[in-house]
Amino acid sequence: MIVEALAFYMFAFIAVAAGVLVISSKNPVHSVLFLILAFFNAAGLFVLMGAEFLAMILVVVYVGAVAVLFMFVVMMLDINFTQMRSGFLQYLPLGALIGLILLAEMVVVAGGWQSISAGAQMAKAVAPIAEGTTNTHALGGLIYTHNVYLFQAAGMILLVAMIGAIVLTHRRRDGVKKQRIADQNARGTDTVETRKVEVGKGI
Amino acid sequence: MSFIGRSAKALFLKELVSGMALTLKYFTKPKVTLNYPYEKGPLSPRFRGEHALRRYPNGEERCIACKLCEAICPAQAITIEAEPRADGSRRTTRYDIDMVKCIYCGYCEEACPVDAIVEGPNFEYAAETREELLYDKAKLLTNGDRWETEIADRLRADAPYR
Amino acid sequence: MVEAWNSWIWPTVWIVIKILVIVVPILLSVAYLTLAERKVIGAMQLRKGPNIVGPFGLFQPLADGAKLFLKEMIIPSGANPGVFILAPCVTFALALIAWAVIPFGEGLVLADINVGILYLFAVSSLGVYGILMAGWASNSRYAFLGALRSAAQMVSYEVSMGFVIITVLLCVGSLNLSAIVEAQRGMWFVFPLFPMAVIFFISTLAETNRHPFDLPEAEAELVAGYNVEYSGMAFALFFLGEYANMILMSGMTTVLFLGGWLPPLDIEPLNWIPGPIWFAAKIAFCLFIFIWVRATFPRYRYDQLMRLGWKVFLPLSLFAVAVVAGALLAFGWLPTPVAG
Repeated sequence: MIVEALAFYMFAFIAVAAGVLVISSKNPVHSVLFLILAFFNAAGLFVLMGAEFLAMILVVVYVGAVAVLFMFVVMMLDINFTQMRSGFLQYLPLGALIGLILLAEMVVVAGGWQSISAGAQMAKAVAPIAEGTTNTHALGGLIYTHNVYLFQAAGMILLVAMIGAIVLTHRRRDGVKKQRIADQNARGTDTVETRKVEVGKGI
Repeated sequence: MSFIGRSAKALFLKELVSGMALTLKYFTKPKVTLNYPYEKGPLSPRFRGEHALRRYPNGEERCIACKLCEAICPAQAITIEAEPRADGSRRTTRYDIDMVKCIYCGYCEEACPVDAIVEGPNFEYAAETREELLYDKAKLLTNGDRWETEIADRLRADAPYR
Repeated sequence: MVEAWNSWIWPTVWIVIKILVIVVPILLSVAYLTLAERKVIGAMQLRKGPNIVGPFGLFQPLADGAKLFLKEMIIPSGANPGVFILAPCVTFALALIAWAVIPFGEGLVLADINVGILYLFAVSSLGVYGILMAGWASNSRYAFLGALRSAAQMVSYEVSMGFVIITVLLCVGSLNLSAIVEAQRGMWFVFPLFPMAVIFFISTLAETNRHPFDLPEAEAELVAGYNVEYSGMAFALFFLGEYANMILMSGMTTVLFLGGWLPPLDIEPLNWIPGPIWFAAKIAFCLFIFIWVRATFPRYRYDQLMRLGWKVFLPLSLFAVAVVAGALLAFGWLPTPVAG
């Protein structure tokens, strides 16, 4: 038990510290690296809660793909970040205010959830997990069986968004020469003629 | 070739597989490497390696200080000084070859009327310092003594073609 | 005191011993993989390969290791020192921690977790960070270009790898690696899922930055890619990490497609040989193909590499997921979910 508590506080502390460092470190690449550290510790917290599937998905999706793209962009950017930060103090009161409002709302939500005794019951009712089921199966059952239409709808929306993004940004340009690999492969020996050229004579 | 055949070829990675089969075939073939410090390849009798000054069978040095080699050397790597010896014969007092300058053209060998300076079969004389590559007469004569049998064989083998 | 020993210290010591039993052979095999690579490529090019240091060159890896160990580690003045040093450590550590879930034999696994294959997938997708960090922290154009190429390449091929893994998981019904191996008792997945196995293997080549997809290193254009600025032990860590990753990917291929520790046929003389030996033999076979491919093919052009990943492998593997799922459903071959 004490080990779990220690692990929890370690993960939690590192996650929060990394989160603070994300916004406070001068170098944007360091920020992304701290963000990754925060993701990792969040994954650790998921494992502690017994949600190992979510933990792995968090690492695969966020750390393995999303943060790589962040890092890509940030590494390529040539922006003077110290200049961008010059107005930091100026906006601090507003930022702090928004942060406080968010915190208060979260406290209200969490407190409300706790105070409604039915909350815990409701959670069980939505996702009844049979004893001895791995959380992979539980999640699978929930998403692909119980809520399959919602899942499909979400998928359709994402697909539409993706196609929309492509349509909006794609433009047809003239004079672009593309390599058509299929055509190249289809070219047989009939398009080339090999000849024996005698010395001192042309073809 | 038909579309289907082409697609099948691409789909089953025919070309990749045949390439890999080729490398696998070579994998088992006997190797052609010469295990160099222990095995050496054949050398032509005309191979131009490290220089040597030869002697006659009675031990007298061949070089008569005619300075033809010095004159012909395109890299001006040879330096010769000569004086009459006590017995009145004309001999070198100094015969230096700067092996760093030498371009191994073999003209010295060609120019020599008495087959004294030759380029021998030795090519393994790398040194750690530059100074070791400034050969003097003593070094060249030692080379001649050491390689005499090989040099004589090479000259004999090459003689019919000269 | 005795209680503390029993409940705290001894388990810790025991797990450290187990980790050492896994890690030390891996590092040794990494060392000898480099020798095997040079020998095999040499043989395919009609050469002999290293044969001077020790009998048949067997001490060559030790000599190489000693050389790297004794060399100076240079941190370029323009580099970002912290990240610069962290990068090889990340690469090396990631290459080793993945082995925690690999089953070497029946029950012979350090951590038999339920989401083993996801863990492997996650760890292999993290490998890109070591390279990105190295490329960025070196503050060198060559290193940076190599890192960018590598990152794009690894992220692209991970997608098709993920789909291939899904087809296997559909046939197994579990994310546990031991369960995946056990499901292949009747038939190895390489036979029914042969095209998937080929796609997976080619993707692992790209994922480990191996020939013919070794564009991040591409010595002709990028000198040595992301590790140009590294020397001494830091370079050695990259090198070890890269080769350990190769072994890991071979292990993954073995677990997913070649039946892990299972003998080819469950008959008398074959099943006398213990599982870990079968496992090692299969990994060695995969590694031989890795090296064989390197000796055979020229390097891909970068746009062709991306085309292969996104326009060939991704549609093919997506299609295969549909086909496999459909076939399993149509013929009623769906595995019963393991309650556990």
